[in-house]
Amino acid sequence: MHELSVCQALIDEVARIATRHDARAVERITVEVGPLSGVEPELLARAFEIARLGTCTARAELSITLLGITVRCSDCGAVSPAQPNRLLCAACGGYRTKVVEGTELRLRAVELEVPEAAGAAPLH
Amino acid sequence: MCDTCGCTITSGNAHLAGVNRAVPPATNVEVLKDLLAANDRVAQHNREHFDEHGVLAINLMSSPGAGKTTLLEATILALRDRYRIAVIEGDLETDRDAARIRAHGVPALQITTGTACHLDAHLVHQALHDLPLAGLDLLFIENVGNLVCPASFDLGQHRNVVLLCSTEGDDKPAKYPVMFRAADLVVLSKADLLGVLEDFDPLRAEAALRALGRETPVIRTAARRSPALDDWLEWLERQLSAPRAIAQPRPLPATAAV
Repeated sequence: MHELSVCQALIDEVARIATRHDARAVERITVEVGPLSGVEPELLARAFEIARLGTCTARAELSITLLGITVRCSDCGAVSPAQPNRLLCAACGGYRTKVVEGTELRLRAVELEVPEAAGAAPLH
Repeated sequence: MCDTCGCTITSGNAHLAGVNRAVPPATNVEVLKDLLAANDRVAQHNREHFDEHGVLAINLMSSPGAGKTTLLEATILALRDRYRIAVIEGDLETDRDAARIRAHGVPALQITTGTACHLDAHLVHQALHDLPLAGLDLLFIENVGNLVCPASFDLGQHRNVVLLCSTEGDDKPAKYPVMFRAADLVVLSKADLLGVLEDFDPLRAEAALRALGRETPVIRTAARRSPALDDWLEWLERQLSAPRAIAQPRPLPATAAV
């Protein structure tokens, strides 16, 4: 998919958060990716190696959590794990399901180095 | 953990190591921000624009050559006396598809993406500046021919229609789950060729589609020599008269205030 443009959106958001906290550095970025998000985690990591250059995330560690797929059955109510092309209820085999986890593409958390006292130089 | 040089101590764990070291304080900020939120915001803006003018917007997706433009041409011939139709075309290069549509007396705007393999909400938003919606009933957005990327980009449409061509094989819903799961309708196009395509089993294709957890209907069309479009036209008429709720909005996670 568009791992590079996703990285750009990611970096823009991290930069906004870093500025808001007057951060000196971005230490770690945690992203969650679901198998149905259309984004491949490994490609995202590789795209990040390029996108990070010259930004406040240049030295940050990128941690990508690959989520699983969970469906809730509209027929029997069971919540069960599933596969990208087999989203059936594991309990009753029904196909009327809702995906409750698996489509996510989100910035989960950011770990920032912040100044100890007022007057410390913020990150530009 | 190395207890001589402190090499494994970071600002995140220094407090656990009990090391009296001048480590800068760290702040862990929980975010939970959807990374496609920017596109979704513009898509919602597009959707509101369509709703203001009472226009039904349909996003048409498939592989290249599955028959999207031909289906649109046949649809225009069948419906143009009863409904005001316009088309936004998306291709990497050429405006051939928009020209074909215009030849039928219907306004068509071509987006040439250059290298982008899908349309996004921003491109559609820009196109709408040059396509007045006043008086329109139906807007087709013919996406770039691609079974992968377009599925992830909300354009502001009310319905997603995915063409599965008889020549493509019946395993495509299993191979491209994100795309086929996004479909509100699957059109089995060039259905008139099924007689000579022995290994395309429509029931296998439907089973693969069911396995994606939705009750997506499958409709056959033949748009060339002897057009067979009744089911497709009937589905369109039902969408035109139904309230414009979106069948399957992209789920957005809760965004924590930062």
